[in-house]
Amino acid sequence: MSKNSKFVTTLMCIGFTFLYIPMVLLVIYSFNDSRFVTVWGGFSTKWYGELLNNQLVIDSAILSLQIAFVTACAAVVLGTMAGIALVRFGKFKGRTLFSGMISAPLVMPEVITGLSLLMLFIALENALGIPERGFWTITIAHITFSMAFVAVIIQARLAGMDESLEEAAMDLGGKPLRVLFDITLPLIAPGMISGWLLAFTMSLDDLVIASFTAGPGANTLPMYIFSKVKTGLRPDINALATLIILTVAIGVFIAGWLMLRQDKQRKVDEQMAAMETTKDEQAA
Amino acid sequence: MPLDTKIEDRPWLDSSIEPFIKIQNVTKKFGAFTAVDRIDLNVYQGELFSLLGGSGCGKTTLLRMLAGFEEVTSGHIFIDGQDMAGIPPYERPVNMMFQSYALFPHMTVEKNVAYGLKRDGVPKLEIASRVTEILDMVELGQFASRKPHQLSGGQRQRVALARALVKKPKLLLLDEPLGALDKRLREQTQFELMDLQEQLGITFMVVTHDQEEAMTLSTRIAVMDQGDIIQIGTPTEIYEYPESRFTAGFIGNVNMFEGRVTNNSADHVTVQGTDGTEFYIDHGQNVKEGQKVWVAVRPEKLVINKDAVAAGPNQLLGTVDDIGYMGNHSIYRVKLASGRIVQTTAQNIVRPKDAEWAVDWDDKVTLTWEPSATVLLTK
Repeated sequence: MSKNSKFVTTLMCIGFTFLYIPMVLLVIYSFNDSRFVTVWGGFSTKWYGELLNNQLVIDSAILSLQIAFVTACAAVVLGTMAGIALVRFGKFKGRTLFSGMISAPLVMPEVITGLSLLMLFIALENALGIPERGFWTITIAHITFSMAFVAVIIQARLAGMDESLEEAAMDLGGKPLRVLFDITLPLIAPGMISGWLLAFTMSLDDLVIASFTAGPGANTLPMYIFSKVKTGLRPDINALATLIILTVAIGVFIAGWLMLRQDKQRKVDEQMAAMETTKDEQAA
Repeated sequence: MPLDTKIEDRPWLDSSIEPFIKIQNVTKKFGAFTAVDRIDLNVYQGELFSLLGGSGCGKTTLLRMLAGFEEVTSGHIFIDGQDMAGIPPYERPVNMMFQSYALFPHMTVEKNVAYGLKRDGVPKLEIASRVTEILDMVELGQFASRKPHQLSGGQRQRVALARALVKKPKLLLLDEPLGALDKRLREQTQFELMDLQEQLGITFMVVTHDQEEAMTLSTRIAVMDQGDIIQIGTPTEIYEYPESRFTAGFIGNVNMFEGRVTNNSADHVTVQGTDGTEFYIDHGQNVKEGQKVWVAVRPEKLVINKDAVAAGPNQLLGTVDDIGYMGNHSIYRVKLASGRIVQTTAQNIVRPKDAEWAVDWDDKVTLTWEPSATVLLTK
C-alpha cells in the first residue's frame, strides 16, 4: 500500500521483530542436531522423537492440560455468576467497592496470591487433613485467580448488551431463571468462550502460583521446564515449545478465520436488508 | 365544546363506565429524584392513549410501572380491576413494545414471535398457527426464518409489534413505537398502527415525545412535564383548548401575548395587551378585571390582509419580515411596531407568483382573526 509511509512500515517491522525473534529462534533450535540448546549443530528432528520417550515431560504436560481444563470450566461458571451479579444487581451502598474487589486478583502480584493460598491450604490440612497438596490445590488456586478475569470479561459483555432484551423476555412471560438461560447466556456466550480460553491459557501458563500450591507428586509443565533450566536444558524442551506454539497458532488462526467469516456474512446480510428497504419504499 | 361524537367513542365522558386502567395517586422516586409525582389517570377499554412530554418528564417511568419493571413508591395501579402491586412483569396481562424493539438477536423472526406463547405453555400446533397468523397480519410471512439483523428498520418494528401482540394482551404498551423510523415510513406506519388497534380492540398506551405522532394516533393525550400531568384531553381539546401556556407552547406553534383583563362579561372578555393591542374573546371565562392573563393565537388562525381593515379588536399591524415557502403552505413572520415577531401560516391555494394579492417581503399587512380563535390563559 502506497499510502503507508516508510516510517510507519519501519515501526511495524521493529515491533514485530521484537515480538517474534525469540520464538523464531526457539523453533529453529528445536531442529538442532547438537546436544546443547544454544549451539547449532546441523538440522535434525531427533529431539521430537526424544520428546515422545520422555515420560516426565508427557506426564507433566498431561497434568497441566487436566488442570487447565478443570480450571477453565469452573472459572467460567463462577466468573459468569459473579459478572452477572455485579452488573445486574440493583444499586446498593458499596457496590463500587464490590466491583473493584473482583478485579483485585488481576493486579495482585502472583507471589502474594500463591503465598496466601499456600498458607490457607496448610492451615486447612492441619485442621481437617484435607486437601492434600497436588492436582486439586493447584486447580483451586488457578480457579481463584482466573475467575476474576472471566468475571471482568462477562461484565464488559453484559454492559454492552441491551438490558431491554431481558426485560422483553420477562414481559413475554419468562421467569427470571428461564430468561437467564434463554436470553442472557446465549448472548454472552462469546464472552464465556473467550473467558474459558483465557482461563485455560493462564492456567497452562502459570508457574508461580503452581509452585506455591503444588505438592511433591505434582509437576506442571511450566514447573518441569523451569526446573530443567537449573539442571541443564536439553533441546527436547525446544521441540516441546515448538509443538505448543504450533497448537496455539492453529487455534488462533481457526478462531480468527471463523470470526472474520461471520463478520463478513453479517455485513452482507445487513446490506441486503437495507437494499430491500429501498425497494419497498419505492414500491410504496 | 362543539364536540358531538357518539358517546361510545368517548367512554371517558360516561361516568358509569369503569376505567380499564386506574392510576391512583402514583409516585415514583429514584433516590431523591421524583420521576412521577402523585399522578391520577384513567384509561378506558379500547383507547389509544398517549403520554406526551419531553425527555425526563416521567412518561417512560409511568409506562415501565404499568409493565412491572419499576415498582411504585406509593399509590396504586389497577389494570382491568386487578391491583398490580407486587405482580412481576411475567404475570401481568400486559405486553410491551420497546423503543429499541429488543428483538432477540439469536432467534429467527418466527422464534422471536413464538417466545411468549412458548413460555405460556401453548401447544406447539397452536403456536405455529398463531405465529403464522400474526406474521401475515404485519406482512412479514416470508421473513419468518430470518434473523433480526437481516431485516430493515421498518420490518424490525413490525416484528416487535407482532411479538407483543401475539399473546393477545389486554393492554399493549408502546415506548416511542415510531421513533427509530424515518419520516416517510413513520407516517405510513402511524396509520397501520391505528388500523391494527381498531381491528384488535386492544387498549394501547403510547409514550412519545413527538406531538404530531400523538395527535394523529391518539384518542386522548396526557401532556406531561416534570413528573406531572399538565392536561388530559383529545387531540382537538389539547390543541384548540389548551389550559396552560405550557400545553399551548408544547403542542404546535403559538403566538403568545401578555395583557390584563379590561372587561369581563358573561358572553365575552376583553384584554388589553402590554403593547396596546385589544383582544376580544367571545365567551365568558373565570377571570377578574385587571388580572394578568395571556392570550394565545395559533399561526394558522391568523389571516393576512394586505388592504386596510376597519379598526377594531384582534388586529395586529406589521410588515412582512420573512417568508418560508413550504410548498403546500407558507410561513410568514410579521414584525409588529413593537419589534415583536408574530408567526402565521397560509395555504398556497394558488401559485404565489400568479396571485394579485400575493404577500411579499416588506409588505405592510394587518393580521386579523376570529374572536373564537382567541385562547385566554391564566397560568
